[in-house]
Amino acid sequence: MTAAEQAGGLDARIVVRRPRFDLDLVLTAAPGEVVALLGPNGAGKSTALRALAGLTPLAGGHVRVDGRDLTRLPPDERRVGMVFQEYLLFPHMSALENVAFGPRAQGTGRREARRRAAEWLEHVGLAEQASARPRALSGGQAQRVALARALAVRPGLLLLDEPLSALDAHTRLEVRAALRRHLAGFAGAAVLVTHDPLDALTLADRLVVVEGGRLVQEGAPADVARHPRTPYVARLVGLNLFRGRADGGSVVIADGRLKIDAVASPEGDVFLAFEPSAVALYRSRPDGSPRNLWKARVAAVESRGDRFRIRLDGAGPDASGGDGPDASGGDGPQVSADVTAAAVAELGLAEGSPVWASVKATEVRVYPA
Amino acid sequence: MLRRASVAAVAALSLAALAAGCGDTKDDKSGKSGGSGDKTLTVFAAASLTETFTRLGKDFEGTHPGLKVRFNFGGSSALAQQITQGAPADVFAAASGTTMKTVADAGDVSGQPTVFAKNRLVIAVPKGDPGKVHALADLAGAKLKVVLCAEQVPCGAAAKQALAAARLTVKPVSQEQDVKAVLTKVRLGEADAGLVYRTDAKAATGQVEGIEFPESAKAINSYPIASLAKAPQSALAKEFVQYVLSQPGKAALSEAGFESP
Amino acid sequence: MTVLRGRRARRGEAADRVRGRPPLVLMLPALVGLVFLVLPLAGLLVRAPWGTVGTRLGQPQVLEALRLSLVSATIATGLCLLFGVPLAWLLARVPFPGVRLVRALVTVPLVLPPVVGGVALLLVLGRRGLVGEWLDRAFGITLPFTTSGVVLAETFVAMPFLVISVEGALRAADTRFEEAAATLGAGRWTVFRRVTLPMAAPGVLAGAVLCWSRALGEFGATITFAGNFPGRTQTMPLAVYLALETDPQAAIVLSLVLLAVSVAVLVALRDRWTGAA
Repeated sequence: MTAAEQAGGLDARIVVRRPRFDLDLVLTAAPGEVVALLGPNGAGKSTALRALAGLTPLAGGHVRVDGRDLTRLPPDERRVGMVFQEYLLFPHMSALENVAFGPRAQGTGRREARRRAAEWLEHVGLAEQASARPRALSGGQAQRVALARALAVRPGLLLLDEPLSALDAHTRLEVRAALRRHLAGFAGAAVLVTHDPLDALTLADRLVVVEGGRLVQEGAPADVARHPRTPYVARLVGLNLFRGRADGGSVVIADGRLKIDAVASPEGDVFLAFEPSAVALYRSRPDGSPRNLWKARVAAVESRGDRFRIRLDGAGPDASGGDGPDASGGDGPQVSADVTAAAVAELGLAEGSPVWASVKATEVRVYPA
Repeated sequence: MLRRASVAAVAALSLAALAAGCGDTKDDKSGKSGGSGDKTLTVFAAASLTETFTRLGKDFEGTHPGLKVRFNFGGSSALAQQITQGAPADVFAAASGTTMKTVADAGDVSGQPTVFAKNRLVIAVPKGDPGKVHALADLAGAKLKVVLCAEQVPCGAAAKQALAAARLTVKPVSQEQDVKAVLTKVRLGEADAGLVYRTDAKAATGQVEGIEFPESAKAINSYPIASLAKAPQSALAKEFVQYVLSQPGKAALSEAGFESP
Repeated sequence: MTVLRGRRARRGEAADRVRGRPPLVLMLPALVGLVFLVLPLAGLLVRAPWGTVGTRLGQPQVLEALRLSLVSATIATGLCLLFGVPLAWLLARVPFPGVRLVRALVTVPLVLPPVVGGVALLLVLGRRGLVGEWLDRAFGITLPFTTSGVVLAETFVAMPFLVISVEGALRAADTRFEEAAATLGAGRWTVFRRVTLPMAAPGVLAGAVLCWSRALGEFGATITFAGNFPGRTQTMPLAVYLALETDPQAAIVLSLVLLAVSVAVLVALRDRWTGAA
């Protein structure tokens, strides 16, 4: 899957040192592959992208695209296309002139550059806006012009910095679909920076998660989404994640205060993850005593569309007797549970409510740490 | 409350600033000559008198304790204009009779102006005389760079008169705004020759050479002096005029290269 | 820039909507300042000998001086643009040791009395100046007392206005557009020519206007360096000064002519720019 040993595509190690920040990241992408750089604010994603474009100097490492060493080249000699977060279309040029700028700068004749630019605009569905100034374009149109402008230089590597973040939710949907099509048609390697999991999951072939300037997880979107390895990723994909020790089919988490059974489990240090919707809540200790049951207290209730997310904390071992859970459960695992409005009403869930929580063994994923 | 106070403060400041422009030149009008207390005598004098009058002023102050002589040196016509526009001056010493006449015609002179010095033109050439100028006729040479005063200023008028008397046509490269500017151009070697007053050439001895020429007799400049009608210190003004006309005054003027009237 | 423009437009709308009474603390000094600036102009207008304006303007010397003023100020502005814009770019974009010192040096002509500037020019470019002597000997070029000298003196005095204005515009400009241009394959020269300069155009034009106005009114450095000769080096300010010696009325008329022409040119230019933008 990785392109490290391949001649084509992107092969880079990006080392950037800042007074209070250190980025050291190995990044590869095969031709035609879209890699999403995902991470919290300040993780170094945009810095990595700027370093690839040559806009931020490298303190170490290398950048190779299709076997060509770009490490010491200035940005204008790299042939790396970049779509900036705010698009940065030249305000004094028409859409066509913006797209023709790259070919012109690379020495293509005026007429030929404009012809190619017109083709690209047509390609992104903006032939009619060719003579429009950037400030007359909508956000979505500007994004497409920016994409056409970056692609018109026929780059070996395409960089996209938060390409959809400047758009409103509705436009975003459309533009994301269009962007997906264009990325699919792009033959070179592409690196996309985003902090939106939906963008990453729908646009990328592979995710690279960066935290604090270091790679913390990488893999196919489905794999990362199912098997998060850091609290940040788990939060991003909306999973409950714990680290624990597996022994004979059950995993001990939360410093031994809770034991969860899983259907299939490796042995040793593991991650344990389950969906918030897999958590069932009860007012009192349920009959038939399901496995993986613990006492908890409601810390917060948040509305999420047609569901409610219940944040739980405070829990103890499940084996305690008594009919009602004890609210003074202590510092157990923090778990999110998604329930229906009806459940909130029936169970009378509010901040501070004591509840019983359980998760089915079949819904729990356990994977090596 | 605070806001109102600040509005008032700004208003007061603005008015004060305007008023300051009008009120700062009012002098004590009751003063008598030689008396005690601080008095200021204001003398407007042609720029060519700068060195001589500064010295005379010091001497005059020495015989009048508590008196301060303040000078305003400048182009004669500019000074004349300031006086007719109401500048508070006590004495006016001009470099030409015509400028004095404009002041007298405006009724600003008390009594009759008296000519106290005369000045004549000389040819100023840079040290070493690179243009090899010996006489006024040499200025008509085609290759020579000559600067004169503009005809509008007294030294230019005098130059024109002298050249006309000699029946010479000189094509200057520049008509300078005053005699000092002519001197600067000659001193720096930009011009090969220029017509300046003898006093100016004398003051710049070592940097320029002054060449006398007989035609200068046709364009002698008279320096009239007068106390002014609206002089704040009229008695002192008359006294200063007398001092300039006296023996010490004459000596100082002659030392600077002026001729006696 | 799109973003900036949007923000500016929004601010403009806000100014339209929120219309409070202007505070007196600001209005009073503002009015005093305005009166102070406009009153001398009114003085010129009131004291102008209107009856003789026509005949005075007909004098060939006046037209000659006016033509010379306009031509030399325009050429000087051209020179300022040619050298000043790259200089401003250097100061704004290229970090080098001593940049603060250089910036201070650039503004020296602003604080230098123009006459001193003229003397300084003579010492360097005069017939016996450091460079002028060589120019004279090698090429037979002398600058004092020539129209070129006028242009040079005006350029010297006016250039700081352009440099400061353009440097300010370049500093305020969003350099990310230049980065975007670089990723598209544009070298620094192309970036400057096609992105930096067009985007800083308002600042450059404002600087050019200041520069032209300053050059048009230049007196001290011009008369000191280039002298005063009708048709060759006598610009309007010089003509005004000399007219003041003998004929103050004529001086007023000349001042009004200079004023009217410069105001007309500036207003015409301004309309054109705002019309184009």
